[in-house]
Amino acid sequence: MKYETDLPVMLPLERHQSEPFLGLKSKHILTVALIAIIGPCVAFAQAPSGQESPLAVLVNWAPLLLKGFIFNLIISISAMAFGTAIGAILGLGQISLIAATRHSSWFVTQFFRNAPWLVLLFFAMFLLPFEINILGFKIPFPDWLKAILGLSLPVMANVSEIVRGAVRSLPSGQWEAAESLAYTRMQTLWLIILPQCVKRMLPPWMNLYSILTMATVLASIVGVSEVMTLTGQALASEGGRPELLAPFYGFVLLLFFIYCYPIARFTVWLEKKYAVIN
Amino acid sequence: MSWTTADPMVSLKDVHKSFGELKVLNGVSLDVMKGDVICIIGPSGSGKSTLIRCINALNDIQQGSILVEGQEVNDPKVDKLELRKKVGMVFQQYNLFPHKTALQNVMMAPIRVLKHDKIKVEEVARALIKKVRLEGKENAYPGELSGGQQQRVAIARSLAMQPDVILFDEVTAALDPETVGEVLQTIKDLAEDGMTCILVTHEMAFAREVADHIYFTDRGVIVEHGPPETFFQNAQDPRTKEFLSQIL
Repeated sequence: MKYETDLPVMLPLERHQSEPFLGLKSKHILTVALIAIIGPCVAFAQAPSGQESPLAVLVNWAPLLLKGFIFNLIISISAMAFGTAIGAILGLGQISLIAATRHSSWFVTQFFRNAPWLVLLFFAMFLLPFEINILGFKIPFPDWLKAILGLSLPVMANVSEIVRGAVRSLPSGQWEAAESLAYTRMQTLWLIILPQCVKRMLPPWMNLYSILTMATVLASIVGVSEVMTLTGQALASEGGRPELLAPFYGFVLLLFFIYCYPIARFTVWLEKKYAVIN
Repeated sequence: MSWTTADPMVSLKDVHKSFGELKVLNGVSLDVMKGDVICIIGPSGSGKSTLIRCINALNDIQQGSILVEGQEVNDPKVDKLELRKKVGMVFQQYNLFPHKTALQNVMMAPIRVLKHDKIKVEEVARALIKKVRLEGKENAYPGELSGGQQQRVAIARSLAMQPDVILFDEVTAALDPETVGEVLQTIKDLAEDGMTCILVTHEMAFAREVADHIYFTDRGVIVEHGPPETFFQNAQDPRTKEFLSQIL
């Protein structure tokens, strides 16, 4: 049955279009493709004859750059793991009943949350020794390890806030019900509160991971040989040809986009899913 | 002095409670014997909920005495966990644990808190779910149940701890009218089984039917109390009369 009507409210609801692949429509893919194609083309046009084309140069260097990028991912995953572990403890400290624990956890969280990541990275780089002497054994403390520690500081502070926020967001009735059933505070936290918080913490946590991954390039400033450092070195060894800049850095951009974008989409999807349940 | 069933199970004497400047309870005294069902009624903000929340130490009091089976609650050294094993509570907002099924909600506390054997607890829990007439809903999550069903699970959850007394804090106030009846019926079943119940309620007809004793509170004091017949037919205090005339 069809109605003839001008009233928008009377019109049938527009069917939800099925979500395109990763939320990308053809025009988006086109734009990305154009960036990927035009960059090298412009570069090619700028290239003086007689030299290898920029694309060919990039292909030569790509395996090394990819290795560098994988190193970025290793830094990001390690810093996330370390930061999450310490941050979770700090977050629980923030809801402790012991005032001293609560206040000091709060202060540490605020201190590292309101500091620029780069400064924290420098802080870790130059404050930590290059090797540790334990019982006569010299354990080297390489730059990349310092970078992981440096980057895990802001992660720790942000995770701490995520944990605190999630615990706070639960209705107080959950605590009261648990109390009235004679659960201890620890039991309440582990059996009732935290399991419910995991869902709430996942989207912001993944968001944080995405930001961290993109921030790993900061490690190049302190000399860790991750993808940005390697790109710079590759460009230098090609004699600093200006037409190579766009394809090389474009390639790095693309790597990060391909890695981080699906995470962002997944986060959105999770948020939608949990929004319906709660 | 040890407590016997001849003494009141719950005994409040001159209880004072304030939240900062706001005085909520101004000297409340009442006694509840084992097996009694008492209803506390009164206008909103008269301190009814606070009153029963003090009994299981969810709220502390500033002055006075609360004895539960002879044990002083208003004592910093009181073992709150032991107290709460004896005193169950059902809330207005049900407060079921949404990440657990109905059966798990009922089973969790006996297993984790009382450390009872899991198999026996499950047997008891299934029987309790049957008792609150929710057979078949064992594996449903709270989000899949109606308000009335959730509240009955909450009652079963409280019963699973085998408390000596249960506090009901306006347990039907958040329910749809059509599900109020099923929850009241469940409470009535409990009362008939001899469970000691302290209810804060706005359901006058229900209070009249099941209560052994009715307390009317206003502005933090008990204005009047008595058995239901006397209370509803022969209210003496003008405040009680006014309240009853508004709702009956």
